[in-house]
Amino acid sequence: ENSTCVLFIMANKVLVGVKRAIHYAAKIRVKPDKSGVDVANVKMSMNPFCEIAVEEAVRLKEAGHAKEVIAVSMGPKQCQETLRTAIAMGADRGIHVETDQVMEPLQVAKALRALSEREKPDLVLLGKQAIDDDANQTGQLLAGLLDWPQGTFASEVKFDSGKLLVTREVDGGLETIRLSTPAVVTADLRLNEPRYATLPNIMKARKKKIDTFKPEELDIDLTSRLEVVSTDEPPTRSAGVIVESTQELVEKLKAAGTI
Amino acid sequence: LSFDPASGAVSCEAGVVLQTLDEYLAEQGHRVPLDLAAKGSCQIGGNVSTNAGGIRYLRYGSLHGSVLGLEVVLSDGTILGGSGATALRKDNTGYHLKNLFIGAEGTLGVVTGVTLLTPSRLKSTNVAYLACQDYESVVNTFRSARAGLGEILSAFEFQDSYALKVVLDNLPNSRSPLQDQYPFYALIETSGSNEDHDRQKLEAFLDQVMSSQLVLDGVLAQSETQANQIWSLREGVAESMQRSGYVYKYDLSLPLARMYQLVQDTRKRIGELGYVVGYGHLGDSNLHLNVSTKEASNEVLGLLEPFLYQQTREYGGSVSAEHGIGQAKLDYLSYSKSAAEIATMRKLKALFDPHNILNPNKVFSME
Repeated sequence: ENSTCVLFIMANKVLVGVKRAIHYAAKIRVKPDKSGVDVANVKMSMNPFCEIAVEEAVRLKEAGHAKEVIAVSMGPKQCQETLRTAIAMGADRGIHVETDQVMEPLQVAKALRALSEREKPDLVLLGKQAIDDDANQTGQLLAGLLDWPQGTFASEVKFDSGKLLVTREVDGGLETIRLSTPAVVTADLRLNEPRYATLPNIMKARKKKIDTFKPEELDIDLTSRLEVVSTDEPPTRSAGVIVESTQELVEKLKAAGTI
Repeated sequence: LSFDPASGAVSCEAGVVLQTLDEYLAEQGHRVPLDLAAKGSCQIGGNVSTNAGGIRYLRYGSLHGSVLGLEVVLSDGTILGGSGATALRKDNTGYHLKNLFIGAEGTLGVVTGVTLLTPSRLKSTNVAYLACQDYESVVNTFRSARAGLGEILSAFEFQDSYALKVVLDNLPNSRSPLQDQYPFYALIETSGSNEDHDRQKLEAFLDQVMSSQLVLDGVLAQSETQANQIWSLREGVAESMQRSGYVYKYDLSLPLARMYQLVQDTRKRIGELGYVVGYGHLGDSNLHLNVSTKEASNEVLGLLEPFLYQQTREYGGSVSAEHGIGQAKLDYLSYSKSAAEIATMRKLKALFDPHNILNPNKVFSME
């Protein structure tokens, strides 16, 4: 006789990565030595796609699909502010991997792998990409390192009969895939609209804890595999030219080699 | 256009758009001392002639204090002030003529150049949106804010639930930051030079107003985007009212404790005939009371005027806190100024403009 077992699949833990990235409206300058962008005194804030990931994680918890939401951030000590924001939105606690090194996607993925092996989440939610480097690699690298299924560019995430149904935004439209857990999902713009941090939650957030780890404690290799050869500002737009007639327009286009 | 980084004084011609001036100052690490919803189109000369107020009045005061010098053309062609109008911070030599022109609505002279004292642009800004059960709580929250936030408080605005609703109904992509609906909302902004210091003060203040139940719920913007969204809920009221019908607008100064009573009385008076909203610069005791109706109606106008102005007079308030008299309120100047004051104004007008060529029939009509 077969006995049927009804499993209420619930993610026990959801790990959410949040990046402290350059604010979208900040004016940035390239460093004189062209080694990168000058981030000193530049306004930083939580990467918008990470906000969406946090919001989704909190909604999953509110819907009863998850027991605990853990926010993770990697970088200098100011990342703790970013974690506080995630906690004020509803995450239960935070983990800060402290390093002053500039983070590359592979390094972040390794740190997330180490934490995933520790915390054993059923779901890792990340933003699809950071708006400062636009890499769009961390989620995919992490899934590869963990050998977990991945649902990237998610515009909808649902639990269905023990599996994760992820609707992805792809070039041709929408694609829905079914993943078993544990899995990595990266959030796209239309997944949700992040909530504001409410005062009661901000006050509760202060009592919630943030654990700090140094990369060595997690046994991760942070050697950079990338070398920034040079960074340049986009070429300044040259002034347009006003022409007197269509004849002249055609001549100028021909001279520019465009027709 | 010139800017002195040592004193923060900027000189420009009257036609410079406020926002343009602000953007220029931003590059110097400064900002204009006033801020209003129309900043994308209003000109600094006009701001001076109308003594414009706005949302940062609470922090930076009026143009009477910020204007260091003016270049003004009088009705006989005389130019007062000259080019590069004086940029002195303190100058008590004789009468302060420039102050006569600030707020004179162009009736005493035409402002052609302005020298303005500009404050430093401070890096740390925080915006919170709070919900209160009743008007008294809003007022007490303001007093708490003044005491607890002190020098970092840069704006304190309020709006009733009707004002929020009209924005949510008419402004695309707007949403309430709070789960539930409340009768009153307050928008608090702080502005300072040190993020940590400001955050600490703000959190202590928010702790206190939440635990004492003055504030029932609220949010704190976590990014500039959220801060702008919250501001749009307050700054979008006028536009939202316009979209929803014909609007009667009133801008009154009233004793703080009694400010909202007038809104309630008006709502009762108007009944089904119109939609009444109350909002404004609570920190300056300046109420904006707007009534929208499907179309212009003499019946509604009759219910509103002179009632609102009479009530204002009774409380010793101003029939025009910041919007000026212009043409629309010619008949109501006497509700806030005595006969002696108006007579003195007429004498000044006759002195400066004997032929009545400067913006005639504004502020008062010359017989």
